[in-house]
Amino acid sequence: MTKPRIAIFDFACCEGCQLQIVNLEEDILSLLAVADVVEWREAISDQSDEYDIAIIEGSITRPEDETRLKDIREKAKVLIAMGACATMGGVNKLKNNFDLNEVKECVYADDAEMPHLNTAMTKAVDEVVTVDFKIHGCPMDKAEFAYIVRSLLLGKTPEIPEYPVCVECKAKGNPCLWEDEQLCLGPVIRAGCGARCPSSGFRCFGCRGYVDNPNVDAAKEVVDKYGLDIEDLKTKMVLFGSTQEPTV
Amino acid sequence: MSTTLNINVKHVTRIEGHGNIVVNAKDGTIEKIQWQVPEAPRFFEAMVRGRSYEDIQIIVSRICGICSISHSLVATKAVEDAMGIEVSEQTDLIRLLLHYSEQLQSHVLHIGYLAVPDFFGATSVVPLVPVATDAVKTIIRAHRVANAWSDLIGGRTTHPVTIKPGGFSAIPTAQQFKELKDNLTEVMTDLGTIAEVVFSVADKVPQFERDTEYVSLQNPDRYSFYNGDIVSSDGHTAAVSDWQNVANEYVVEQSTAKWAKWHRDSYAVGALARFNNNADQLTDDAKAIAAKFGMEKGCCNPYMNTIAQLVESVHIVQTSIQIIDQLLTKGLTVEKVKTKPKAGKGNAAIEAPRGILFHQYEFDAKGNCVAADLCIPTNQNHANIQKDFEKLVPEIMDEGEDAVRQKLEMLVRAYDPCVSCSTHMLDVKFVR
Repeated sequence: MTKPRIAIFDFACCEGCQLQIVNLEEDILSLLAVADVVEWREAISDQSDEYDIAIIEGSITRPEDETRLKDIREKAKVLIAMGACATMGGVNKLKNNFDLNEVKECVYADDAEMPHLNTAMTKAVDEVVTVDFKIHGCPMDKAEFAYIVRSLLLGKTPEIPEYPVCVECKAKGNPCLWEDEQLCLGPVIRAGCGARCPSSGFRCFGCRGYVDNPNVDAAKEVVDKYGLDIEDLKTKMVLFGSTQEPTV
Repeated sequence: MSTTLNINVKHVTRIEGHGNIVVNAKDGTIEKIQWQVPEAPRFFEAMVRGRSYEDIQIIVSRICGICSISHSLVATKAVEDAMGIEVSEQTDLIRLLLHYSEQLQSHVLHIGYLAVPDFFGATSVVPLVPVATDAVKTIIRAHRVANAWSDLIGGRTTHPVTIKPGGFSAIPTAQQFKELKDNLTEVMTDLGTIAEVVFSVADKVPQFERDTEYVSLQNPDRYSFYNGDIVSSDGHTAAVSDWQNVANEYVVEQSTAKWAKWHRDSYAVGALARFNNNADQLTDDAKAIAAKFGMEKGCCNPYMNTIAQLVESVHIVQTSIQIIDQLLTKGLTVEKVKTKPKAGKGNAAIEAPRGILFHQYEFDAKGNCVAADLCIPTNQNHANIQKDFEKLVPEIMDEGEDAVRQKLEMLVRAYDPCVSCSTHMLDVKFVR
């Protein structure tokens, strides 16, 4: 049996999700035993146009990157969006809150009109091509990555949690961060991270995106209880691919 | 000479981010030599405007996956500078430990996975697994310990969450620090093994020198990664608050990342710069590694940056063991951190694994960011890489296209560039 061929591509991002693959440490050797990684620019020099599974990291911010992504989609049997930039645009979508010409001038001043500095509205991968699977998180969790890839190689559909971070946080017995006056997004954000941030005393800031059908009424109750309103919560949600109303 | 070269490497592999190498020569005459950066810019300085001082480090850590801790730390220090927030000695020491964990992770990654495969003639670390199994496993083990160390203090391996203005949201227990110390003691042995492996191929490090200005932090108390003044190997000193007059960033057509220069056409930052400015402050074991590779202050071979990272790794682990002892002897205090926003402007500098990193922010009275200016190590190296190319290519062009391409790629890798960083971090006001 020939091994499935995996190719990993990066667009606008910090490459922190690729780093999580490296961070599998010894387990990466097990992955290499069952699949051929034919392209992965950050770690290997080999390159290939023939692959079965394409893993996409990063968000799409330029027209030429849309063309490159569509080309990859045509060649791949399965396409995976890896990490918050790919699954929902990630932190790069903060740019969409501003007028893009003004953004360019802010950073490049008098040189803003130089053609190679052009930029477009940030898009998640599924705003450009069809995505078969999403690996959530900023960065993604390496164990979840291994689980999803393993499932796909075995022909199974991976199961991703459809309940909020609060479930995992409560199960760990953490004190609620709302009691510490932190606007924690745990009630509406997808679990699967093991509530890592609240477990370290820092509020959930939504890097895995909204859970399917978030219980908005419950979230409102929490917000009411602490004398805030839903707008306060929204100011914290805007960091990761949420609705992009102007903030300034 | 009749040498003709036509090198066009699109997206150099085994570096962080996207860079191209273009060299054209016809009948011995060089027509074009370029280090190009086509990475998609991300505009962080524009994006942080309007965000709370408490969220800045969470946003800017996303500039870079490999040096997210450096970005979080320097942003937090700049916020504290802007608002006059003081931190305890314990916080400074634990931050330094967290910072060291990233240096080790990044250095081991670069040495083991990105740079050294070239010395073995391999396209990556993967083909080395069957032929040098023990060496690869030693590198993986050291990398794993470094990551677990970041995770322990930062709350995550990448993109830490415990760092906040004024202190930490949570710190490890004394028992966890003791276990960390045990692991680091074992890593000292692993680093010795890695040094032997690198030494066995040290003759593959290309011999090339170009007199260069090296810029880094300097602190009289210790080999600095975390604080101090800005110094240059040309004998100049500047306060951190004056960093914009050091970097003097400007835009060039071949790059979406800005370039920098201080007293010459270009300068270099990173492990070799720190070594050249501060080698006297290394631990004795770190100095011994440098001596083993014949490395002395004033080294102007950019390929030796990888060796300087190895030297620093030894220094970092030894110093960290001392800091853990210091913390445990004094006893840990759980600090409750509460800060209030204040209008102001602040600067900070830190040594990221790839070199000196500057952040500046301005806040309104509510603590919302109104302006940011950030300057990344790799930005400061791009012009120097170009200048190295221009000296190196004429020296080696008779070796043929493949050898020239290989040595240029290795040169880029030696700088350990963080290209996605450098294009994401460009400044507001710059000098042309």
